[in-house]
Amino acid sequence: MKLPQELRYTESHEWVRREGDGTVSVGITDHAQEQLGDIVFVETPQAGRKVARGESIGVVESVKAASDIYAPVAGEVVAGNAELGTSPEKVNEDAFGAWMFRIRPANPADVDALMDATAYEKSAS
Amino acid sequence: MPKTTPLNALHRASGARMVDFGGWDMPVHYGSQVEEHHAVRRDAGMFDVSHMRIVDIEGAGAGAFLRTALANDVARLTQPGKALYSCLLNESAGVVDDLIAYYFRADWYRLVVNAATAAKDLAWLGKLRADSGAAVLIAPRDDLAMIAVQGPNARERVFAAFPHLLAPGRDLKAFTAAVESEWMIARTGYTGEDGFELAMPTALVQDAWKALAAAGVRPAGLGARDTLRLEAGMNLYGQDMDEGTSPLDAGLAWTVDLRQPRDFVGRQALESRGQSSEFFGLLLLDAGGVLRAHQKVATSRGEGEITSGTFSPTLGKSIALARMPRGVAVGDTVQVFVRDKQLAARVVKAPFVRHGKILVE
Repeated sequence: MKLPQELRYTESHEWVRREGDGTVSVGITDHAQEQLGDIVFVETPQAGRKVARGESIGVVESVKAASDIYAPVAGEVVAGNAELGTSPEKVNEDAFGAWMFRIRPANPADVDALMDATAYEKSAS
Repeated sequence: MPKTTPLNALHRASGARMVDFGGWDMPVHYGSQVEEHHAVRRDAGMFDVSHMRIVDIEGAGAGAFLRTALANDVARLTQPGKALYSCLLNESAGVVDDLIAYYFRADWYRLVVNAATAAKDLAWLGKLRADSGAAVLIAPRDDLAMIAVQGPNARERVFAAFPHLLAPGRDLKAFTAAVESEWMIARTGYTGEDGFELAMPTALVQDAWKALAAAGVRPAGLGARDTLRLEAGMNLYGQDMDEGTSPLDAGLAWTVDLRQPRDFVGRQALESRGQSSEFFGLLLLDAGGVLRAHQKVATSRGEGEITSGTFSPTLGKSIALARMPRGVAVGDTVQVFVRDKQLAARVVKAPFVRHGKILVE
């Protein structure tokens, strides 16, 4: 399984990257895009939205199925990746590059509590 | 344990993603469902359809038996090899299954039925035979496997891979089949493209698959099969119609032959129930998601429901088949409930795509 070691992961197959400015980027894992197949629609949340941990705040649809994207931590959305609205296939091409939204976590320690690559690999297999 | 076709090991060796489909372990795609779809529209693709069941109906009474059992009239088949699409109805005019019937001789017809319904169909046909006392043999052909080769270049690839099929296959008209030694070559399919469906003894199918691949035919899975059939406006049993649906409410009135005073199973209920719904295509106009089965449709005449929906790779838009109230017409704009949104869609006449060409705007 292709898994960048520096990222954190959720059981619902999101990856989380610390951006160094106090925010985190969130996308779906390569394993998730592979399960979904050809992705044809991505809906990302609006900046400014306050979200709870585990709240459904985005949608990814492939030819065969729709799947919710969940906030990995509580906080405020600072950006949605509008580019994926017109080029959803980028998620298939580069799952770990195609960030969907950025969140400023209410509590930065929540990010550390997420799974590391080793734990995610176990949970996803 | 799901059932497997004789090509299962080949699918797995080529990296197919497998799914359970009506109790069968089948490939959904071999990498990209969309690329497989395009290969069929633009070149040639092949599907393992060995899970579908071939059933031979044999004996002097075969034609009369099928004229009672099927809603379409096999008496229309006068040329050997000619095929007919039909529903098998129950007494209340619900659809037990949809199938293709081939006529080869007065004492030999062949049905090709769906995988998930095959056992039910055989039981139903057996009951009809017992009720009518027809002296026919109902022979499921588990000894045959099937590959569908579809696309604008499908026919020439088939002839390149199997020179022995050139003579029987070269002049075959659409919806016609020929039998050559133990093979059947039929110019039929489920994609809206030209091509053949090939039936052969199970022992030969692995080599046949390899020969087609060597001739440049791309393996395609059930995912592409579904987007292709939906673009072609073809119904899927269990989704677009079932035992609770009359063919008249599933866009299949054209397959019900009422011209002769022929007493077929379900006719009485069909004629007394009449048509209660419209069945049309939908083309999504708004951005905001993908049309899917079971989404509700708001129309000026009341509520309808999508029975099949997907993203059409050829159109680059979402499309669907939907059952809606009487009076809804082609050209109407309706609203589809997609999650928390209402998205506008236009009512269109299927097919959306045929022979590579887009037919809706």
